[in-house]
Amino acid sequence: MEYVSPEGLRLDGRRPMEMRQIRAEIGAVSNADGSAVFEMGNTKVIAAVYGPREVQNRSQQINDQALVRCEYSMANFSTGDRMRKPKGDRRSTEISLVIRQTMEACILTHLMPRSQIDIFVQVLQADGGTRSACINAATLALADAGIPMRDIVTSCSAGFLNSTPLLDLNYVEDSAGGPDVTVGILTKLDKVTLLQMDSKLPMDIFENVMQLAIEGCKAIANYIREVMLENTKELEYRRGI
Amino acid sequence: MRELRDLQLPLNQTQKIRLRRALQQLQDLASKASSSASVTVADTIPVNHEDGVLKGHGTSELDGEVVATLCGVVERVNKLVYVRALRARYKPETGDIIVGRVTEVAQKRWRLEINFSQDAILMLSSMNLPDGIQRRRTAVDELNMRSIFEESDVICAEVRGFQHDGSLHLQARSQKYGKLERGQLLTVPPYLVKRRKQHFHHVEKFAVDLILGCNGFIWVGEHVEARDNMVEDQDNKSEQQNSKLNTRSLRLEEQESTYTPVETRQSICRIANAVRVLSSLGFSLNVEVIMGTVEQSISLNLDIHEMLGAEFCVQIAEREVERRSSLTKKRR
Repeated sequence: MEYVSPEGLRLDGRRPMEMRQIRAEIGAVSNADGSAVFEMGNTKVIAAVYGPREVQNRSQQINDQALVRCEYSMANFSTGDRMRKPKGDRRSTEISLVIRQTMEACILTHLMPRSQIDIFVQVLQADGGTRSACINAATLALADAGIPMRDIVTSCSAGFLNSTPLLDLNYVEDSAGGPDVTVGILTKLDKVTLLQMDSKLPMDIFENVMQLAIEGCKAIANYIREVMLENTKELEYRRGI
Repeated sequence: MRELRDLQLPLNQTQKIRLRRALQQLQDLASKASSSASVTVADTIPVNHEDGVLKGHGTSELDGEVVATLCGVVERVNKLVYVRALRARYKPETGDIIVGRVTEVAQKRWRLEINFSQDAILMLSSMNLPDGIQRRRTAVDELNMRSIFEESDVICAEVRGFQHDGSLHLQARSQKYGKLERGQLLTVPPYLVKRRKQHFHHVEKFAVDLILGCNGFIWVGEHVEARDNMVEDQDNKSEQQNSKLNTRSLRLEEQESTYTPVETRQSICRIANAVRVLSSLGFSLNVEVIMGTVEQSISLNLDIHEMLGAEFCVQIAEREVERRSSLTKKRR
């Protein structure tokens, strides 16, 4: 199948190095300590953070740092045909683990000893790149909950189809079976916290693809930062003196 | 935009425009009044290193630069630089007056949920016994703990401080602290409640008590006279102990003492709704503003449930603009 037309356009009309439209909104769940909705094109994810709060299961309590937990689930209506089991299958446990490890690396857990932080992410619409969207949403929600973090983590995917590197794959491109690199970076520190790849790539091409994904992460980070700053300013002026 | 995250209001077109204009005016007022710098996670905070810098909460060091770890407002006190977070859980300070809910009755202590990262601990030994006598707490006292506070009771207390092991201890060594009954508990984000000299308020007009807990738990309840009826209780209790606990008569007495007139209940709901409107708009809370909102709802002849409607919400936003602009004029 042809994923990049001779004119250099992808199936959804994007250029190879073009990202889908992103939109973020803070404060979607009123009962949570922090929450956010993150959209990348047709992929839509909601994240809610509870905590730091008292550890529910005493035996899991850690005496010098916070316990971070994460649950990833997909809504029944998120995919083309309805999901039977929205969570608890092998794929979602793996993604929960990935998100947990990525977020734990950037939260300053030692500042909140003997407490727990719960991150719940749910996919409302799945159109490829849910993993990255979830990480971006979780970052926003954690910042909204006022949890101290080392840096902003953002994530973006990139692929390689028809011998062209493609940024931010959608569902059709993702299911083509080509290589799919998901990268998560700490933007200010310029460090990689997450790197996953399906199938194989030659070394030199891999470098290009990864560089492309990193550029994507940085673009997302700029946007996320804008959203957070706007939100902070709004809270401050509304509160008044 | 973060408009009205709690109240999903169906605003019509004019109301939308009015609300937007009011919020815009608030923004202009705030930017005139102060030049405070907002930062987000991983923003660099500009500092003059020659003066020497003390890094406070919400900051860390990276390559010789001071970097924020929170979203908030940069505050500078002499050499200290810190970030004041807005939406975050409560951070206790010694002497804060807080309202909390009992989650567990344990050995010689109660555990309270107070919107902090751990549950707070109220020791049996750090509260006045109902009889008001200073003495050692005996095993009998320990067994009777549930007669003082049970699980899911709402309690008002004071922060005593952090223990060596990092746990937070409370104390309730005065008659004004203790169990709160016959009223409503509201939870608002803690940054909306400012620390003040006075957190207990008696609204005489409505015979209502208003407690603005520093942890964002707000209590609106029927006024209790000086809160020293505990002593009376004790008299009753000792009599009852003599008469081998006649529980049924106690129930009747309780019923009598727990009756709240309808008017009082209505004013409780009215004040509670005023708090809900203000907190959903994100305006800081104090007695004057809350009571002003209540007065306005009365003068507009609104029913209690209408206070949560779109129109009143917009009016409160406009009112807040007026209040703040008059405040800034006075300062000049």
